[in-house]
Amino acid sequence: MTVDAGRDRPRAHRRTSRGRRVFQAVNGVVLTVVVIVTLYPFVTIVARSFSDEAEIIAGRVNLVPRGFDLGTYRLVMSDSLFWTNYRNTVVYTVVATVISIVLTTCYAYVLSKPRLRGRGVLVGVAVFTMFFSGGLIPNYVLITSLGMKNTIWAVVLPNAINVFNLLVMKAFFESLPEELEEAAAVDGLNTYGTLLRIVLPLSKAIIATMVLFYAVSFWNSWFTAFLYLDQQELFPVTVYLRNLIAGATGAQSAGGVGEADALQAAATLQSVTIVLTTLPILLVYPFIQRYFVSGVMLGAVKG
Amino acid sequence: MSTPGTLRPPPSPPARDLPTRTGPGPRRRTRRRTWRQALRRDWQLYSLAVLPLLFFLVFRYLPMTGNVIAFRRFEPGGSIFGERWVGLRYVRMFLTDPTFWDVFTNTLVLGALTLLFCFPLPIVLALLLNEVRVRRLRRFVQSVSYLPHFLSIVIVAAMVMQLLSVDGTVNQIVGAVGGDEVPFLQRPEWFRTIYVSSEVWQTVGWGTILYLAALTTIDDNLYEAARIDGANRWRQTWHVTLPGIRPTMITLLILNIGTFMAVGFEKILLLYNPLTYPTADVISTYLYRMGFESSNFSYAAAIGLFEALIGLTLVLTANTISRRTVGTSLW
Repeated sequence: MTVDAGRDRPRAHRRTSRGRRVFQAVNGVVLTVVVIVTLYPFVTIVARSFSDEAEIIAGRVNLVPRGFDLGTYRLVMSDSLFWTNYRNTVVYTVVATVISIVLTTCYAYVLSKPRLRGRGVLVGVAVFTMFFSGGLIPNYVLITSLGMKNTIWAVVLPNAINVFNLLVMKAFFESLPEELEEAAAVDGLNTYGTLLRIVLPLSKAIIATMVLFYAVSFWNSWFTAFLYLDQQELFPVTVYLRNLIAGATGAQSAGGVGEADALQAAATLQSVTIVLTTLPILLVYPFIQRYFVSGVMLGAVKG
Repeated sequence: MSTPGTLRPPPSPPARDLPTRTGPGPRRRTRRRTWRQALRRDWQLYSLAVLPLLFFLVFRYLPMTGNVIAFRRFEPGGSIFGERWVGLRYVRMFLTDPTFWDVFTNTLVLGALTLLFCFPLPIVLALLLNEVRVRRLRRFVQSVSYLPHFLSIVIVAAMVMQLLSVDGTVNQIVGAVGGDEVPFLQRPEWFRTIYVSSEVWQTVGWGTILYLAALTTIDDNLYEAARIDGANRWRQTWHVTLPGIRPTMITLLILNIGTFMAVGFEKILLLYNPLTYPTADVISTYLYRMGFESSNFSYAAAIGLFEALIGLTLVLTANTISRRTVGTSLW
């Protein structure tokens, strides 16, 4: 990981000439615009979620809430379905992440052994699936005929191994010094023992990264649940939100003036649900961000 | 290295014998013996691969073979391989289906626009970020720009709808400059702009990570040498920086080309509606409706197979061209 090493070293070729200062100023402006454009949607959604519906309809809500109102928060939070779905999201995320980590770690460890016979085939089996897949319909038919519809397995099993994550992890294992494992073998540890007692303790960083990668993707996923779950009590919160916005578009496309009210009423409701669904990610984001970044870079630098 | 596994006698359960078949015919004898040695030595290692292989077999390769229902008549609730052969009937069906060609065109347009914007913009942003001298500032801009990547597509779609609704920010601006309110999400002519810009918003920051990593690996001496040769900042960027990140650029370009046909299915599904079908409907959303709303599974599978094959061809072609011309490839 030499990623950060050269970054802040003063470089001789970077003299501050006038042209240079102009460039820096322009660059600063451009990046400020990027930051504002990126953050603006978040701010306005939060403002809307605290606003009075009438103010939103009038198009007056922008950066600050108008007609401060917590009613919709109370409404959403008193909806037992919302909480059921929220809990489902947590359960699905935890179970799916555990399964994914176990499978990915095992396979990545196997793939990281250069002496292993047939390793190329094992890598190929995984990598090929990055470029060709069965497609929506055969997958649906498979899951249905496995009897996994309306069970948690339809959500947690079909995406258990992400090949990109697998390759990142493989690269990490390959970077560990081989001598350690040889020493472990000399001391009488078998493969399982070496993996559990030598390799994994050294791999906390990469495992943490993988946990984050998988957890976020399962937390955010909606389509598998949408496709394979029919009962409201089984939905994750993303599908709850999807049904909320789909209801709104339904009203939009039906498009009468009479339906405008129902649509507007949905505006605060949507904003509140967006805020509540995004909140966990926004809260942990500052703490986990560095791990994500190092994880991606690890894959990049090695690969 | 050969010490670990040999302490135990090797039982040989069938699952681990699978790789044996990959050996080419003529050298089978010698191969067999060494495979046996490999199994004896590394059976514990192979055993760790059993569950993951089972996963790939069931959830990745079985659906691939399940694609035969594109050539067979499928009855809902029946076998996943269908009931009886119908040959190319479903292929002919979509080739003569005018809607299919509409969605095919939409897929190409959206794919091309996505590639045009979502591929170069992270490079530009990475170059700009790289020029920021104040460490804290750079960190801050990076943190903010990565953020949208962590949101669910559902949330992004909901935000897009809020911003573009009649009472949303965009219409407030339109109103402020004296225009009439535009129901953007119901206008087919706006869909491509909406789709591509939301895609850029969500992916541009995250896309810079790999380039920033690549930028740090460029040798400072190269800049030094370029400067001595009289290169100004622009020429340094052109002759040192860009060639330095070229392998990363090409790798990502190939990967982007590979997903060309699979344009943001989930996002389009969330954002489109019958009014915007003329520009928004793509192959994957069309096959979704064919499969799940019209219950025509075999027809939808035929379309899906066609789409997947184009994707595979694109990756292989891009990879080959890139290996022949610039020497960088995925494998």
